[in-house]
Amino acid sequence: MLRQQALERGQQMIVVGELINASRKAVGAAIEAQDAGYILQVARDQMEAGADYIDVNAGIFVDKEGDYAEWMVRLIQENTDAVCSLDSPDPEVLTQALRVHQGTAMINSISLEKERYDAIIPIVAGTGLKVIGLCMSDEGMPVTKEDRLKIADKLINGLVKNNVKLENIFIDPLVQPVATDQSYGAEFLNAIEGIMTGYPGIHTICGLSNISHGLPNRKLLNMSFAIMAVAKGLDGLIINPLDRQIMAGLTAAETLAGRDEYCEKYLSAFRAGRFEL
Amino acid sequence: MNVLEEIRDAVIDGNAIKVGELSQKAIEEGCTASQILNDGLIAGMNVIGPRFKNNEIFIPEVLKSARAMHTGMDVIKPQIVSSNIQEKGIILIGTVAGDLHDIGKNMVIMMLEGSGYKVIDLGINVATDKFVEAIEQYKPQIVGLSALLTTTMKQMKSTVETLLTLESRPKIIIGGAPITQKFCNEIGADAYAADAASAAEIANMLMESNAKAAGA
Repeated sequence: MLRQQALERGQQMIVVGELINASRKAVGAAIEAQDAGYILQVARDQMEAGADYIDVNAGIFVDKEGDYAEWMVRLIQENTDAVCSLDSPDPEVLTQALRVHQGTAMINSISLEKERYDAIIPIVAGTGLKVIGLCMSDEGMPVTKEDRLKIADKLINGLVKNNVKLENIFIDPLVQPVATDQSYGAEFLNAIEGIMTGYPGIHTICGLSNISHGLPNRKLLNMSFAIMAVAKGLDGLIINPLDRQIMAGLTAAETLAGRDEYCEKYLSAFRAGRFEL
Repeated sequence: MNVLEEIRDAVIDGNAIKVGELSQKAIEEGCTASQILNDGLIAGMNVIGPRFKNNEIFIPEVLKSARAMHTGMDVIKPQIVSSNIQEKGIILIGTVAGDLHDIGKNMVIMMLEGSGYKVIDLGINVATDKFVEAIEQYKPQIVGLSALLTTTMKQMKSTVETLLTLESRPKIIIGGAPITQKFCNEIGADAYAADAASAAEIANMLMESNAKAAGA
C-alpha cells in the first residue's frame, strides 16, 4: 500500500521528513557522488520513523538541481513506497521531478512573492498536488498575526481560484527566531489558530529550526514550540523524524489536543516502543 | 569605578535605564559626549561582540545591550550635535534584490553601530541601482551586502560586479548564511564576514587599510 492511501484514510499529523536536503553536508556529498545507497538509507530511516512525505532538495546544485531531484525521486520511489515533497522554488526543477513522480507529490513551496507565485501556480493549478503556501510576500517578512493572515488569505484565494482544493493546501505562517523578537512565537501560534478556524479543511505546516535560532539548547525550544502549535491546530510539520523525542512529544500533543480518539495513537505508539527514549 | 566604567558595565548588563541615568550623570560631571560614547557605550559593546562570537552570550542579550547603548546615545545626542564629533565612518548596508531576509543584517548593523559607525540601512530586496544611488548620496567608506538564499547569491554577484565599476567605490563586505570566503574571492568583493561580530572587526580593518592608502 502506498503511504498515500494511509494518508487519505484520515491520519491527522502529517510529517514531512526533512533530511534529504543538499545543504546538509553528508547529503550534498552523497548526491554529488550519486551514492544511491546513502540517499535510500536516509529515505528508509525516515519512512520507518513515521514520515508521510520525504522532502527532496537539491538546491545547492545550480545547474544540476533538476537532474538530481529527478534522480532522487526515481531512486526513492523505485525502492520504497514513499511519496515526496519536492523542495525547490524553480518551476523547471519541479516539473522535471513531477514527470517521474508516482502518486501525489507535495510542492514545497509557493509564496506570495510575485515571481515565485507566477511560476508555481501553473504547476499546481487544477491538479490534486499538495502544496505548501509560505507566508512571504514582496513586501517582506510578516511580523504580526494579521500580516500572516493577510498573506495567507491571498494565497488561499489564489490557489482555490486556480482549482486547488482547500484540503490540498498547507499554509506555513513562517517561523522566525524568538531570539530576535520575543513576539514572534506568539504571533505565529495565533496565526495558526486564525488559519485553521478561518478556512475549515485547510492544513498548516511549518519547519521548526528557525524558532530557536540564536539560542542554546535548541531542541527543547523546537519541541515545546511544536507542541504549542499542535494545541493551536497545526497538523503538518517539516522535521527530522529520526528525533524520537520530538516524535513522541507530537503523539502526546495530539492526544492532549483532542485529536486522538480513544487515545489510539498514543497507545499504539506506546506499544510500538516509541516512548522508550 | 568612574562613571564611564559604570556606563560600560551597564551596557554589558543590558540595563537601559541605568545607562540612561549614568549618561546624564556623566554629562553633569563634565564628561564630553565623545568620552561617554567611546569609553562608556562603545567600550561596553566592544565586550559584548567577542562574547557573542564565542557563544558565551546569545542574541537576545546582544539586543538588550544594544538597546542600552541606544538609550545612552539618545541622552548624549544634543551634546554630539553641538560638539560635532567625527564619526568613525559611514557604512551603507542592505539585503540584495530578491531576498527579504533581514535578521542577520540587523545584527550586523547593531554591531557596527556599537563600534561607532554611522550605518545607513537600505533594508531588504535592494536593487543594484538603489545601492548605486545611495553610494552617490551618502559617500560611505564601506558597503555591506547580505544574502540568505542560495538563489540570491547570483544577485549578490551581479550587484558586486556593478559596484566594482564605480569610480572611488566604497569597500565591499558580503555576508549571509550561504556565503563563503571562496564565493567572496570569486565575485571580487573586498571581504567576507562570517558573523555580526566579525563584520565589525573587518570593517575596522578595512578602514585602517583605507587610512593607510590615503596616507601613502
